[in-house]
Amino acid sequence: MPPFEPVLLEAIGTPDSHTLESYCSRGGYAPFEKLLAEQQPTDVIELVKSSGLRGRGGAGFPTGVKWGFLPKDHPGPIYLCVNADESEPGTFNNRILMEDDPHQVIEGTMISSYATRATTAYIYLRYEYPHAWDRLQAAIDEASAAGLLGSNIKGSGFSLDIYLHRGAAAYICGEETGLIESIEGKRAWPRIKPPFPAIEGLFRKPTVVNNIETMACVAQIARRGTDWFRSIGVPADPENPRDPGSYGPKLYCLSGHVEKPGCYEAPLGITLRQLIDEYGGGVWKGRKAKAAIPGGISMGLMTEAEFDTPLDFKGPGTVGCMGLGTGAVVVIDETVSIVDFLHNSCRFFAHESCGQCTPCREGTSWNQRILERIRAGKGRLKDLEILLENGNTMGMMPGSTICGLADGAAWPIKNAINKFRDEFEETIKRTNPEGWMVTDPVPALQIVGAH
Amino acid sequence: MISHALTRLTPEMVAEIEALAPRYPDRRALVLPALHIVNKALRHVPLDAVVDVANVLGLPPAEVQDTLSFYEFFHQKKPHGTVRAFVCRSVSCALRGGEELLEKLCSQYGIQPYGTTDDGSLTIEPAECLGACDFAPCVLANDDLLKNLEPAAAAAAIEAVKVRADRRSTDGSSKAATQPREGA
Repeated sequence: MPPFEPVLLEAIGTPDSHTLESYCSRGGYAPFEKLLAEQQPTDVIELVKSSGLRGRGGAGFPTGVKWGFLPKDHPGPIYLCVNADESEPGTFNNRILMEDDPHQVIEGTMISSYATRATTAYIYLRYEYPHAWDRLQAAIDEASAAGLLGSNIKGSGFSLDIYLHRGAAAYICGEETGLIESIEGKRAWPRIKPPFPAIEGLFRKPTVVNNIETMACVAQIARRGTDWFRSIGVPADPENPRDPGSYGPKLYCLSGHVEKPGCYEAPLGITLRQLIDEYGGGVWKGRKAKAAIPGGISMGLMTEAEFDTPLDFKGPGTVGCMGLGTGAVVVIDETVSIVDFLHNSCRFFAHESCGQCTPCREGTSWNQRILERIRAGKGRLKDLEILLENGNTMGMMPGSTICGLADGAAWPIKNAINKFRDEFEETIKRTNPEGWMVTDPVPALQIVGAH
Repeated sequence: MISHALTRLTPEMVAEIEALAPRYPDRRALVLPALHIVNKALRHVPLDAVVDVANVLGLPPAEVQDTLSFYEFFHQKKPHGTVRAFVCRSVSCALRGGEELLEKLCSQYGIQPYGTTDDGSLTIEPAECLGACDFAPCVLANDDLLKNLEPAAAAAAIEAVKVRADRRSTDGSSKAATQPREGA
């Protein structure tokens, strides 16, 4: 296989890659001006639809189809929210795009705004990215000075303002309706859908929420065309009319126990093993891998034996993971206890549950406390059943919560216990030789004590 | 329309908030930006500042407080340190020693997680994923991302951020800063 030439990351590492001058020298903004002069917004929606681009934020929904849900002939305003609240543990590709090639993101935002007829775009940026904030703001200022933003851009009659909006360290703001509530100045409690944001979103107006990497892909599709985009990745299954395929390049984030952690661009469908060996320099310290997260912590684990699974939108689902997620691969070597891993995951979700739905608010914190008790040598085999019961009953899939955070919290539990049950049982029996078989309820005070 | 005299917000802060107003069709959307502006200046958002923000935005104070209380980010009872260090404890950092880093820093500065040193120069808080997993374990100290931080080198990196923060501070007072304990 010839080495893949990065496109989204083409400028990363070159001098002044964040500047307008660098971006224009690579052909940037010319596609936007051309679309603006020659094409109607509906043509741009068709362009993105026909590229097969699927949202890069985690859910993988086809971007052009999402735009198509906006009401026709709406008097406006229509809003575009760009989701830069990248908070899924293991994920950092948006940060790299915003810091080192912000104009690519801005151009994608401009094209998407034109397609959706949005005249205001808000980039919701997480607090933890101060450097990305500075770079994006500088890029917006440069683009404004060059007449690429503002009213009546290049005499086209199209006007657009892009504003940065800063988050305040809450994972739930990455959920699209949580993000909308947060911009509106409220607690980021996700909304019950329908109505979907395309019908009633920010300030009760039609709204599209797209990820930063999706914006970069839109910019590249406008520049290089749909044929280029569709030549990369995994084509749709002709036997399955509902399969939208996995087209285009993807920014995979590789971290954890690898020699060379980093953000690498590869065609969708590269296998986990290729990614670790060819890009990440293999598992660190010459050790063996035990498992890896394929796309952010809420996707669950792949065992070492499953590493030949392709990382496209379909692959991880075939081995019991929730999906591709954000494409953030975290490798775990053979020395790591899966109990410790799951505790880390449960603690994260207990901290980040927004508290709106009881099964999630209570479930995530009890899961964390049970894992803490197991780690403190007070575990019982019955705890595994309780964890599984919690996991099976919280979330949108069982229908007990408003948003998918609880599904993301539950999946690693179900997945880890199914795949590593022997290790859980062995750990519990070894660390609690006296009480592992007890099935009586745990006295509340004892649980509080372990916390 | 400001109906009460402001106790905590300066005219500069109000001007900064009002400068953002044209960006949003609804003044309630200014809540988070306003809280950030206050927090940057006061390093916390006390209750009377909440009332001020509500007055400036024309909202009931309870609505502003409701929003604020959701985001753990905003301290309310007392200011965080001049340096606020978020130590990542999520999976990628934890796999490369993030938890040990947090423990080491807390013990060197003699504070608990979420605590502030007596001289107010440093607050250490555990954080969920900082989005810098390629540099794990990492710390976000004010606006500086401290990358691949070995526990042994962590205090020196924090001290460097303190020096920058002192240089930036307007009062220029030379309080004796809490030094990390050697060998802790």
